Amino acid sequence: MWPHRRTARQPIFAADPVEVHWTEYLPPLLEGAWVTIRLTVFSTLLGAILAFAAGVGRLSRNGALRAVSVAYIELFRGTSLLVQLFWLYFALPLAGQAVGLDLRIPPVIAGILALSLNIGAYGAEVVRGAIQSVHTGQHEAALALNFTPRQTLARVTIPQAIPEMMPSFGNLAVQNLKDTALVSLISLGDMTFRAEQIRNFTQDSVTVYSMLLAMYFGMALVLTAMMRGIEHSVGRWRPVRS
Amino acid sequence: MLFGFEWDLSSPLAFALSILPMLGTGMLVTIQAAVLGFALALVLGLVWAVLKSAPLRVIAWPAAVVTEFLRDTPLLVQLFFLYYVLPEYGIVLPAFMTGALALGLQYSAYTAEVYRAGLQAVPRGQHEAALALNLPPTRKFTHIVIPQAVPRIVPAMGNYLVSIMKDVPVLSVVTVLEMLNVARIIGDRTFDYLIPLSMVGAIYLIMTLVASAGVRALDTYLPKEGIPLK
Repeated sequence: MWPHRRTARQPIFAADPVEVHWTEYLPPLLEGAWVTIRLTVFSTLLGAILAFAAGVGRLSRNGALRAVSVAYIELFRGTSLLVQLFWLYFALPLAGQAVGLDLRIPPVIAGILALSLNIGAYGAEVVRGAIQSVHTGQHEAALALNFTPRQTLARVTIPQAIPEMMPSFGNLAVQNLKDTALVSLISLGDMTFRAEQIRNFTQDSVTVYSMLLAMYFGMALVLTAMMRGIEHSVGRWRPVRS
Repeated sequence: MLFGFEWDLSSPLAFALSILPMLGTGMLVTIQAAVLGFALALVLGLVWAVLKSAPLRVIAWPAAVVTEFLRDTPLLVQLFFLYYVLPEYGIVLPAFMTGALALGLQYSAYTAEVYRAGLQAVPRGQHEAALALNLPPTRKFTHIVIPQAVPRIVPAMGNYLVSIMKDVPVLSVVTVLEMLNVARIIGDRTFDYLIPLSMVGAIYLIMTLVASAGVRALDTYLPKEGIPLK
């Protein structure tokens, strides 16, 4: 349940360290890397959906929708991600039990949910800011052309707001990649979890953690490059300034 | 029993009230770790910012790589690295200190950016005016640039203090008894995770709302035209 609680900096099973060449760390680490990549992709996509829903909801004219969005954003921005993760994994089943529901969720779901709810709340503020930065003349023009509010949002406001969001979204995606390391604490076999296992087995902390840091760094660089690519390709939606 | 306080399992409310002092003890550790990590980040960030703006490429480039690396790798992994690798080189720090060091290192990459942006936001005309008035570079910095950069830097730093506070629970993995770890221990012993973890969430919400209100107040209070260093 709590893989890292230890009184000394030694594994619980303090057997003799095993001599393993560092290249043999690669297969389990890569296996973990694949889990990390999938976690990042799924939670970033789900987070983006949540960000748009809450960001648009916050600017809605419907009071109830606005209240729900604000509550969601404040709740998930105001508390720690690890608290959210543990709450979903350890406390939610008990809350379900109290009302007679089976809310036990597997670690993967808890991990993806916590990550995407968290990043979605931060993203919602980005979406809101970008939508508000769209020039009012655009709204007036849409009104003059007799667009419905829904058409204005979908055809005019959001396409122009997306290029404004992209730099912040890029930062959030990297943030999300880094945050996936926390799911190793609810026994999900991501890259950090695998590294922990190797370290317990070989006691070779320097090599294992250096490799782990390098792999995260490499992934972050690739992710940043990908987000730059998207940023570049949506740049053509920017309004032409006269 | 934890930290000399007993829990009362007679009713949910009694339980919640009885564990409040324990969580309070954990909260103090959380705040201490956040403040210590923040202080480290402020100092280290300034060092990075100065190195990155060095005219010599051999200094500026490595500094840029290091800060990028610190920013792009997870706090948890940095913490593990420091906790397990430093002792192998004879540097044995207590878990709390290792945690504060990890927080400081990670956030120094962010604060370096804040310093840089704050200094760059001072209009060019101010530099030119200082030059025209024949001010020596040191006086230009102490009397013209820094006083105008401070009102821009302080609120951004405040936001990072709030972020650091939210990252402190990560330190629980290296046995630091901060608030989340205390709640976990209470849960482990009483089999009730719901109340302790929910209370930690609520306390965090209150702490960050208060801190954010403080940062906003600071933002409106600080004069935008600058603070004279007198």
